[in-house]
Amino acid sequence: MQVVPEASLHRSLRLAAIGTLAGLFSGLFGVGGGSVIVPLLVLWLGYGEHAATATSLAAIIFIAGFAALTQGLYGNVHVLDALLIGVPAVGGVLIGTWLAQRIPARTVSLLFAGVLVLSAVELILR
Amino acid sequence: MTGAVAIGLAGGIIAGLLGVGGGVLFVPGLVIFLGLDQHQAEATSLLAIIPVAIVGTYVQDRYGNVRRGDALLLGLLSLAGAAGGVVLANALSGTVLRDAFAGLLLIIAGQFVRRALASGDGAAPASAAANSHRREKA
Repeated sequence: MQVVPEASLHRSLRLAAIGTLAGLFSGLFGVGGGSVIVPLLVLWLGYGEHAATATSLAAIIFIAGFAALTQGLYGNVHVLDALLIGVPAVGGVLIGTWLAQRIPARTVSLLFAGVLVLSAVELILR
Repeated sequence: MTGAVAIGLAGGIIAGLLGVGGGVLFVPGLVIFLGLDQHQAEATSLLAIIPVAIVGTYVQDRYGNVRRGDALLLGLLSLAGAAGGVVLANALSGTVLRDAFAGLLLIIAGQFVRRALASGDGAAPASAAANSHRREKA
């Protein structure tokens, strides 16, 4: 646990800007917002990679929680599907971190990019 | 049911491997394999992300990586944006939202290709290097 110095107004404003951007992004697209938070914590607040990722994960609990709650008011949340995805996903993360030591990052990145492009094409053609 | 579990496992593995969200896989998975519409898929993805974020936070906090004060402030300051994003999403038609999401996927894919091409010289983008400490090469 790192000791956090008293946050200056400047610092708080930056956190507010990151939070607002990440919240909008998360709410609009149904994702966590880590891809907004992590680089901005590094660029604007001088975070290292590990602290940025870890702090981002903690913030995402609030962001995704509140966005899911708001979506719930629209009646869009399928709770059973969310559980069937979210619980195995925890196991998936453990497998992924184990695999990360054994598969080159480059291979994984390219495979992931390929899956994303296929998904995008499938969505657009629908 | 098997489909949902497979989507969860796949998204989790990617999150563990690359340090970024399974959410970006949950949404298309829910649309393509479970037949949800774009709004339902995004809403359901948000809820599905929470268990991973909670367990991830717990593990990272034990390593001392979570800056709790900032995380709390960041989380609280994001609530208005999160609600605004959801309202905006629901103001858009499913088709527009789906195409915008597809565009987002292409942008993220581009970032990962760039990252892959840059790997080895330390030029990986910030969001993608989260697990670099676990790899000998990175």
